[in-house]
Amino acid sequence: MTIQPFEDLRTTQPQDAADLAVRPALGAPDAFRRRHIGTTADAQERMLAAVGVASTDELMARAVPAAIRQDEDLVTGLPPAASEREALAELRRLAARNTVRTSLIGLGYSGTVTPAVIQRNVLENPSWYTAYTPYQPEISQGRLEALLNFQTAVADLTGLTTANASMLDEATAVVEGMLLARRASRARTARFVVDADALPQTKAVLAGRAEAVGIELLEADLAGDGLPEGDLFGVLVQYPGASGRVWDPTAVIEAAKARGALAAVAADLLAMTLLTPPGELGADVAVGSSQRFGVPMAMGGPHAGFMAVRAGLERQLPGRLVGVSKDADGAPAYRLSLQAREQHIRREKATSNICTAQVLLAVMASMYAVYHGPAGLKRIAEHVHATASRAASMLRAAGARVHEQPFFDTILVDVADADAALAAARDRGLWLRRVDAGTVGASFDETTDDAVVGVLVEVLADGRGGEPVFVAGGAATLPVQLLRTSEYLAHPVFNSFHSETGMMRYLKYLADLDYALDRGMIPLGSCTMKLNAATEMAAVTWPEFGDLHPFAPAEDVAGSLELIGQLESWLADLTGYDAVSLQPNAGSQGELAGLLAIRGYHRANGDDARTVCLIPSSAHGTNAASAVLAGLKVVVVACDELGNVDLDDLRAKVATHADELAALMITYPSTHGVYEHEVRAVTDAVHAAGGQVYIDGANLNALVGRARFGDFGGDVSHLNLHKTFCIPHGGGGPGVGPVAAKAHLAPHLPSHPFAQEAPEGVRGPGRFGGTPVSAAPFGSPGILPISWSYVRMMGADGLREATDAAVLAANYVAARLGDAYPVLYRGDGGLVAHECILDLRPLTAETGVTVDDVAKRLIDHGFHAPTMSFPVPGTLMVEPTESEDLGEIDRFVDAMLAIRAEADRVGSGEWPADDNPLRNAPHTARAVTDTVWPHAYSREVAAYPFESSRHGEARLRSVRGKYWPPVRRIDQAYGDRNLVCACPPPGAFED
Amino acid sequence: MANAEDLQYTADHEWVSADGDIATVGITGYAAEQLGDIVFVDLPSVGDAVEAGQVIGELESTKSVGELFCPVSGTVTEVNEELAAAPEIVNSDPTGAGWLLKVQVAELPELLDKAAYDALTGAA
Repeated sequence: MTIQPFEDLRTTQPQDAADLAVRPALGAPDAFRRRHIGTTADAQERMLAAVGVASTDELMARAVPAAIRQDEDLVTGLPPAASEREALAELRRLAARNTVRTSLIGLGYSGTVTPAVIQRNVLENPSWYTAYTPYQPEISQGRLEALLNFQTAVADLTGLTTANASMLDEATAVVEGMLLARRASRARTARFVVDADALPQTKAVLAGRAEAVGIELLEADLAGDGLPEGDLFGVLVQYPGASGRVWDPTAVIEAAKARGALAAVAADLLAMTLLTPPGELGADVAVGSSQRFGVPMAMGGPHAGFMAVRAGLERQLPGRLVGVSKDADGAPAYRLSLQAREQHIRREKATSNICTAQVLLAVMASMYAVYHGPAGLKRIAEHVHATASRAASMLRAAGARVHEQPFFDTILVDVADADAALAAARDRGLWLRRVDAGTVGASFDETTDDAVVGVLVEVLADGRGGEPVFVAGGAATLPVQLLRTSEYLAHPVFNSFHSETGMMRYLKYLADLDYALDRGMIPLGSCTMKLNAATEMAAVTWPEFGDLHPFAPAEDVAGSLELIGQLESWLADLTGYDAVSLQPNAGSQGELAGLLAIRGYHRANGDDARTVCLIPSSAHGTNAASAVLAGLKVVVVACDELGNVDLDDLRAKVATHADELAALMITYPSTHGVYEHEVRAVTDAVHAAGGQVYIDGANLNALVGRARFGDFGGDVSHLNLHKTFCIPHGGGGPGVGPVAAKAHLAPHLPSHPFAQEAPEGVRGPGRFGGTPVSAAPFGSPGILPISWSYVRMMGADGLREATDAAVLAANYVAARLGDAYPVLYRGDGGLVAHECILDLRPLTAETGVTVDDVAKRLIDHGFHAPTMSFPVPGTLMVEPTESEDLGEIDRFVDAMLAIRAEADRVGSGEWPADDNPLRNAPHTARAVTDTVWPHAYSREVAAYPFESSRHGEARLRSVRGKYWPPVRRIDQAYGDRNLVCACPPPGAFED
Repeated sequence: MANAEDLQYTADHEWVSADGDIATVGITGYAAEQLGDIVFVDLPSVGDAVEAGQVIGELESTKSVGELFCPVSGTVTEVNEELAAAPEIVNSDPTGAGWLLKVQVAELPELLDKAAYDALTGAA
């Protein structure tokens, strides 16, 4: 029997490129930017009047220093703006150039069935994908519960105590496992032993990351030869191995631990339903990917990696960790735990530079576990194993040489010519894995069935055995001593929602607990919570993008390669750089890639001594953490009282470290939300001393179309596509953090052993020579259509207008709130950039009302708080973005003014300092309907503080659509002192 | 709680109480208040050799981390085991039950008296 290749079944025929170019426009070319930018021309007039400037051009001319402003005659390399329909048509054409075949490649990426109820209600639901990282836990209980489910599932399945809220991918999770082992090990050695049977992309990422921080890697055939002699601080075991082999690593783990090392096991989460989990084999750490729990391969991502540790290592965990605490009424409530480990606090001493998790994907994977439950997951694993076993039996029966070893889902087969076998399989609609010239691999998954097995046997047996003979059942080949006996996923949440109705309602229940962009503005400074448009999101779930294996043949991913190449060139054009790599899966990884490029450049020039990285004190903590992981030494440069880089201190530090100077990292506009006017002097001073300039692109939203990093001294930058270029935050990931560089650094940007080259005639992705930083060649291609669509639909003019509108909105907020809350930093023209810092310290000194009180009271008003105490403690940083309309911005301003008035009533003594609507915020429905109301203010003031300030329809909508927080203020200290990071037993919720 | 007048201080907000050749070390109330709710205390092990000025531990609160600089040189003879389960004692009784460690010292370095320390923190 045969399988029709996917392309034969499609109805959409590829369109000729010329066809599109001559077709008349389907709508006005500026149609989308009117949808993306929230403020109308009339509204902007009123805002400009409040700010005191005549036009947005004048605003930008005054705010952005003349020395850095983009040449107005610069010819854009971007195509003219497309309408929403045109962009979708063009995307469909690109999608049609991909050919989806059945993937048997494996290597950590498996076909999977995304339950439709999860796709529709999570992945395609703005209540989930437009939420922010749950820093405000009172309005994030839904996704915190989902993440706690993820942590519980991972901890259960790996047999360890505590799992974090996800990692960027498997390869970087292994790197983090190695770094954790180095921190926690007693052994005084720099050596880490890597399983020869580890995934090849994991080994490639490990090699570069280890070299940068002076770790010596030793590869060993652990299954065959055991642990090599000598000192080591850690060992990595792949379980099952990349070859598919299932073996018992207990002795290797014991030997490593006896030498003071830690044992990390990279495990397949699905296999753990059948096999003894790492924790029970003695492992200290387990890592891996949860992709095959219902998350499409998407040519490499995004997916949720995972990490779990044994008891005693919790504080060493990188990334986000959800824990259980209690609220002001003593009710259980969830929050992010142990945040003091993270780099925004510990800077160069942080456990890791990872900030982002992959929350949306972790939520999907956790819901896959919730929906299937322990029995369902086991059935899927048994199906996968049975399919692989049947394939092995049939191949042997047909005369093929299948490697003799226990396996779970992957078999290796000897062939005369691997390339010929791959080509033959591809012709029949299958992607196989090339192991070496004489060996191919086939990995089976939830989606592969007897039909696939039949084709595979026909291809590999090469007619020798005639028609395939189906073997009933397929003998299980798992070693008896490794069969799992322990229970998992026993918590009721994994045993309650197995009907679609039940699942749909559970997802709705959780979503309703949370505040996301679909409820209102999220004015988080430095986070850029702008619109994630429906059209931009459309292609994320198209199978032509979703069902691609990251190592699929180049000819079958030509459309994606073209899309990636186009996006790279557009981003280079917008930033004034020569090359862009889309591989990094987060801003932190882009930083790391950029710094590694600088390090590689200096070393290529024989400047090995250039290892000092200057970082201003105002920088985001991640900068320092990334610099350390790139093998650089951090030297802090002071800032002046205006928040700008102190030029005298910079020149002194440059002079002191002239011979060792590797780089300066600055953020522009600065983390203080202003355009520093002396930035040229700063970049010139560093260049004069032979250093490279890294410009952190976190605030690019304030520059696009007005200034380009590459034009004012930047050598390399990372961009955050999840900020400036509309990829949704997903409740705390996914992110995409491309790294962009000048030509001299380009050779050192990330490479990848499996990167596909674009076919002839297509401008595909750039090819570079630096160390890879992600498991997949192009990071997370599954979400790149979002940023592609945004740029395609805005065009150069629309993008510039978005920048102007964002800067205008921030200046409008600063103008309206400046009297109630002093604006801490302003640039030379008295203007801020795209965000403004409101100083609450005078208010706190005067009235005792804190930043927390204001942030939580905003919840009662129906708002997500601005960024709290970053970059300056005791402040709120507001970033309205260009997507909010004036009505919403005014609603926020009115809420802040109302809160200021309430604070004054506390300050005057009218309300007690410890019993007022600010200190008791947020107010739950339960709290305001309690029989007893012992407070000095009314229930109406508690619950509807906005009623008097709104009128007409707006008032009606606010009252009827009021957001009720599910819990009262959460006790942060209790949760950190009593760490619980798994689903609490049901009894915890009894009154 | 120890009498604040009898303690000696460092500019890094540690206090020292000497009894023979044993110096008891903790952080000041000012430091504890600045850190906020302390949730974890990381201390050296008994028997460790420590030097004045060296970072020997960390105090972690919900919002920040403070490094513990050793005010004296010597050998650690005892650490406050209570703090593992109840780090909040450092907030509630920083100069008493919230002591951190005891160090056997040959001699004490020059430290600040209460008046000098108060001048540093701007206390009355």
